[in-house]
Amino acid sequence: MGFSERETLVVDANAPGAIVSALNRAGFEVIGPTVESGSVVYGPISTGENLPRGFTDTQEPGHYRLNPHADGSYFGYVVGPHSWKRYLHPPAVRLFAARREGKGFALEAQPQEAPPRAFFGVRPCELAAIARQDRIFLGGAQPDPTYRTNREGAFLVAVQCGRAGGTCFCASMGTGPRAAAGFDLALTELSDGGRHEFVVEIGSPRGRDILAKVPHRLATEDDLNAAAAVTARAQAGMGRSLEAEGLPKALLAGLESPRWETTAARCLSCANCTMVCPTCFCTTVEDTTDLTGDHAERWRRWDSCFTLDFSYIHGGAVRRTTASRYRQWLTHKFATWFEQFGESGCVGCGRCITWCPAGIDVTEEARAFRTGSAPKERT
Amino acid sequence: MKIGSHRTRRGADATRKPTLAVFKLASCDGCQLAILDCEDELLALSGAVEVANFAEASRAIQKGPYDISLVEGSVTTPHDAERIHEIRRQSRTLITIGACATAGGIQALRNFTDVAELARAVYASPDYLSTLSKSTPIVEHVFVDYQLRGCPIDKRQLLEVLTAFLHGRKPAVSTASVCLECKRRGTPCVMVAHGTPCLGPVTQAGCGAICPAYDRGCYACFGPAETANTASVATLWGAMGAAAPDLVRAFRTFNAAAEPFRRESELHERTPG
Ligand code: SF4
Ligand code: SF4
Ligand code: SF4
Ligand code: SF4
Repeated sequence: MGFSERETLVVDANAPGAIVSALNRAGFEVIGPTVESGSVVYGPISTGENLPRGFTDTQEPGHYRLNPHADGSYFGYVVGPHSWKRYLHPPAVRLFAARREGKGFALEAQPQEAPPRAFFGVRPCELAAIARQDRIFLGGAQPDPTYRTNREGAFLVAVQCGRAGGTCFCASMGTGPRAAAGFDLALTELSDGGRHEFVVEIGSPRGRDILAKVPHRLATEDDLNAAAAVTARAQAGMGRSLEAEGLPKALLAGLESPRWETTAARCLSCANCTMVCPTCFCTTVEDTTDLTGDHAERWRRWDSCFTLDFSYIHGGAVRRTTASRYRQWLTHKFATWFEQFGESGCVGCGRCITWCPAGIDVTEEARAFRTGSAPKERT
Repeated sequence: MKIGSHRTRRGADATRKPTLAVFKLASCDGCQLAILDCEDELLALSGAVEVANFAEASRAIQKGPYDISLVEGSVTTPHDAERIHEIRRQSRTLITIGACATAGGIQALRNFTDVAELARAVYASPDYLSTLSKSTPIVEHVFVDYQLRGCPIDKRQLLEVLTAFLHGRKPAVSTASVCLECKRRGTPCVMVAHGTPCLGPVTQAGCGAICPAYDRGCYACFGPAETANTASVATLWGAMGAAAPDLVRAFRTFNAAAEPFRRESELHERTPG
C-alpha cells in the first residue's frame, strides 16, 4: 500500500494523547474532534481525554447520529458537520478598518496573525479538500493573506480511515480512504482482536520530531499488512459511489433538464450543503460603519450560491429560482470546477448529503444525469 | 429602497442632530425594549440622534416632524389606521420594527377567525370595542422606508439599520435563511443530528441562530426567508412526526399573516389530520 518501512512506526493506545501533549509542548494550539450536541465537531483539545473515544456514527441523507461503540477506538466515526475550512477560511473575517481623518480616511490593515495550530484527525478526503482550497486561495496571482496565515505552519495529523460512513464516496473521487501525502503524521488505528495500536507514517521532518517524543517502535511487515487491511475494510464499506468519469459532460449537456425543477421542489435553498462542503469557498463582503460615521469596517463572511444576493447584479438577482441555484451548485462542484481549477470541486466527503435537511443526495442527482433518467430538455 | 443621508440633509443648520421618534401601535413593547437594551451603544446613539419622542424612555416629547421614526406594532383598530397616516406625515423616514409592524404579529391570529365571535366570547360588553377584523402590517397602510424583522428585533440589526440611514448607505441585513447563521456559528443541525423539527430553512436570518445553539428548533421569529420553501419543510416535519395541526401551529405564530406562512398553515388546516 505504498508504505515504506523506514518511514513507518508503531505506537500504543496512549499515543493520541501523547501526540496532543507533544504538540502542545511544541507550542501548537491543537484542534481536533470533540463531541458537541451529539455530533463530532472540531474544537480546541488539550488532552487525549477530549477525543471522542468509543463512538461511531450513522450517516444517511439528512440524518446523523452518534452512537457509543464498545471497542474503545479513537476514530470509529468519520467526518461531522465541521471541516478544517472553519480554521483555514473562517466564517467571518475582518478585512480592514478605516478611520475618518480630516476630509479623507486612513486605512488600518487587519493584522495577519494566527497561533501556530495543529489539526488533529484530518481524514484523507479532508487533506484533499485542503489541497483544493490551497489552489483556490494560494494558487493565483493574489494569494489570500488570511488563508495563507492560517495555512502556513499548520501541523497536520492525519487519520487513515478504518471505516467509511454511510454517505462517504471518497473512493469514487480518488481522495481516500488512504492518503499518500500532505500530512506531517498519519495514524492508522489497529483495534482488532484485542490489539490496540497505531501505525504512524512520518510525512515531514517536524512530524518526525514530534513522534520522537512519543514511545514507538519500528513497524513490521505484519503491522503494515494490518494497516493495509484497515484501508481495505474502509474501501469496501463506502456508503455511496459516483462514476466521476465523463460526469462534467453529462451534467453540462443537461442544463435545461426538468430534473432541476424536480430537485428544487425538495431543496430549501438553505445553503447548508455549501456551508459544510470543505471545498466551497464563496464569501460576501459587508461594509459597516459605527453611529458616528468615523469608523468603518469591511467584513468577509461565508456566503453561498443558494442565496438571492449571491447572484445580485445591477437590476436584480440572476438566479431567482431554486432550480437555477441547485444547478449552479451541482454543476460547479462536478463540472465547471474543472474549467476553473483543473480538478473536481468534490472530494467525496459526503457532508452535503448528510447535512442537507432535505436529504438531497449529490451522488443520486449526478447519477440521474448519467443514466438519462434526467431528460436533457424540457418537453 | 430609497435611502438618503440624514447628515447631508441638515442643510443650513449643520449643528442640528437628526431627530428620532419611536411610536407604538398594537404590540407588546418588546421591540422598544430592544432599543433600551442597547446599553453600551445608547450613549453613542444619543450622540448621533436627538431622541425627540420616545414615550417608553422619556416624558419629554417634542413635536414633529421627525427625521427618523421607528414604529412598533400592527394596525388593529380604526384609530391605529388613522394614526399611522399621521405618523407617516410627521416622518421623513419611517422604519417599521418587529413582527407586529412588519407582518401583523401574533395578534394576526384573528385574521384566521371571526373577530366578532371572539369579542363576544372574551368581553362582557363587546359593543364598547372598536376593532378591525384583521391585524395588518404598517406597509399595508402607508409607504415604509425600511422593514426590520424579528420578534423581538435584534439590537445589532437595529443599530445597523439606524447607522445605515444616518450615513446614507444600504443596511447590511441579510434576507437569506437562519441556516447560514447556524452553520457559520458551527452549531450541528438539530434536524439532522437530533430529528428536532426546525423552521430555520424557511426563516430569515437575524437572530444569529440562537435556538439551534440550545438544541431547539427555530420558531421563525424573523419571518419568512427569501424564497422560503415551506412545502418542503412541512414534508420534513411530517417525517419527524408532526401532524397537520402541529404544522398549522408552527406556521401560525408571530408571523402568522406573512404570506408564505399564511398559505402553508391554511393548507394544513384543510388537510384532515
Ligand atoms: S460536494 Fe458534498 S461530498 Fe463533495 S466535497 Fe462538498 S460536501 Fe463533500
Ligand atoms: S458550489 Fe456555490 S458556494 Fe460552493 S464554491 Fe461553487 S458557487 Fe461557491
Ligand atoms: S441541497 Fe439541501 S442543503 Fe443544499 S440548499 Fe438544498 S436543501 Fe439546503
Ligand atoms: S438547526 Fe435549523 S437553522 Fe440550523 S442548520 Fe439545521 S435546519 Fe437550519
